[in-house]
Amino acid sequence: MKALRKFLDKKKPLFQKGGKFAKLQSSFEAFETFLFVPDITSHNGTHIKDAIDLKRTMSIVVMALIPALLFGIYNTGYQHFLSIGELANTDFLDICIYGLIKILPIIVVSYVVGLGIEFAFAQMRGHQVNEGFLVSGMLIPLIMPVGAPLWMVAVSTAFAVVIGKEVFGGTGMNIWNPALIARAFFFFAYPSKMSGDTVWIAEKADSFSGATPLAHAANLVDVKGEAALSFYQQHLANAWDMFVGLIPGSIGETSTIAILIGAVILIVTGIGSWKIIVSVFAGGYVMGLLFNLIGGNAYMELIPAWQHLIMGGFAFGAVFMATDPVSGAQTARGKIIYGFLIGFLAVLIRVMNAGFPEAMMLSILFMNTFAPLIDHYVVQSNIKRRLKRVKVSA
Amino acid sequence: MSDKEPLFSAKNRKLLKNPLGSDNPITVQVLGICSALAVTAKLEPAVVMSLSVMAVLALANVIISLIRNTIPSRIRIIVQLVIVAALVIVVDQILKAFAYEVSKQLSVFVGLIITNCIIMGRLEAFALGNKPWPAFLDGIGNAAGYGWILIVIAFFRELLGSGTLYGFKVIPQAFYDMGYQNNGLMILPPMALITVGIIIWVQRSRNKSLIESN
Repeated sequence: MKALRKFLDKKKPLFQKGGKFAKLQSSFEAFETFLFVPDITSHNGTHIKDAIDLKRTMSIVVMALIPALLFGIYNTGYQHFLSIGELANTDFLDICIYGLIKILPIIVVSYVVGLGIEFAFAQMRGHQVNEGFLVSGMLIPLIMPVGAPLWMVAVSTAFAVVIGKEVFGGTGMNIWNPALIARAFFFFAYPSKMSGDTVWIAEKADSFSGATPLAHAANLVDVKGEAALSFYQQHLANAWDMFVGLIPGSIGETSTIAILIGAVILIVTGIGSWKIIVSVFAGGYVMGLLFNLIGGNAYMELIPAWQHLIMGGFAFGAVFMATDPVSGAQTARGKIIYGFLIGFLAVLIRVMNAGFPEAMMLSILFMNTFAPLIDHYVVQSNIKRRLKRVKVSA
Repeated sequence: MSDKEPLFSAKNRKLLKNPLGSDNPITVQVLGICSALAVTAKLEPAVVMSLSVMAVLALANVIISLIRNTIPSRIRIIVQLVIVAALVIVVDQILKAFAYEVSKQLSVFVGLIITNCIIMGRLEAFALGNKPWPAFLDGIGNAAGYGWILIVIAFFRELLGSGTLYGFKVIPQAFYDMGYQNNGLMILPPMALITVGIIIWVQRSRNKSLIESN
């Protein structure tokens, strides 16, 4: 560590004004602060005087993502060996190694492309390199199907960073969650690689059905009566597997347990807002209950409200996507409205429109758009209430 | 003007040139966006649309400019509309007669040239106050400025979205065999808007005078 510090100190003048590589100053600084906690805090104005900078915040989110990632690695191997019927003969280590080989390239591509573009833009504009992408770069692989071709991941990531973020001015200025932009781009641009039953399991045997529970559930819309019940029992009744996560799906989204561990880390450190997380789940549950009451088709009748919360990307979206501090609502009451509507709309889209089985993505992006409006009215109503109080007392 | 101004004087050349770049109807004035989104999924309709708009705009500009001194200003919008509508119908009928397939693709959007803000905008802003020849040049210039943006958007949307250009396959089959896929999002209207946005972005970062300060 000390040697590294000395090395950096020696090279530092080269990158400062007048130095040989003065143009690369922001890149140098990015690496320096990545390796060492900076020893400077802001001194004036309304800055928070704390050395915990964006990098440290982001590192905690990445840490919270690690359970989901590890489980994703295991599940990728598990699903593969299950589909070819070799699960009983394969030991734990082989499963994990197989998953790692499949997932590591996606992570590397996402980081290399995303950080490459971030550095290029920061250099061009003379800004500091922002760390927002540390998290996005990890989120993007976790919400991709394991069968996603790498070049598609690269294109989606590039689109998300340029159009989703840099166009608005970089980290902290974006309207939508960049990772979800990447997934939305992928979903609409290459639908054949983001739906159906072949992409969710790596090197699946042909005879094995690889459809996700969400895709099965969407089929319930058209099935009626007895057939629906037996279909449900065959494909969707195993809620425990859904909760643990041993189901086909995007890499990091399947295991509700792993996601909840991440949620605990986020809430305890105060980085993710528990208000948003809880209200997203509440919104989804309420909508699920409403559907159970209405019962228009088999999808509404048979899927209990709580099951919506563990299917597909609902939990992952609630914990890691909706809580994005930049694109989400900021006010305390706004957070609750924002979260509730995300869950509410997600279940609504899922059930009413079979074309978009993964509605969590769409509903979060939709509510991202409305977050500033919600905040505006929360603030306005607060001002009004206080003005009234002033008038009464005066 | 008694002393004859040359047909392509510096002023007249400007009428042709400015709308192509620094005064572009789509990227600077942000007019005519709706049709830019609607007809640019393929190159062919975009080219036909550009030519149609050029014909309508140039002729309408000339006609309005010829009768500009006789139009009562209270009913000028109605007069303009009648002339534009007549021209649009002529263009529509010609397309139906000689290019039926494209006309079917463009469907309602030829008829909607009538509501294209660029046309009313140029009639109001230029033809009503200028002689026929400059008005003609202004019409050609603005339609060309509109057209080249349309064609650029359509070029990228067709190339990336369908793998073809003007209906011909340009991306070799070997690419598809290697796993390349057409980008389905490029066919959808949002991508047209984003492409316009990227063109505006590129243009403004090259030409700083276009950046508004507020």
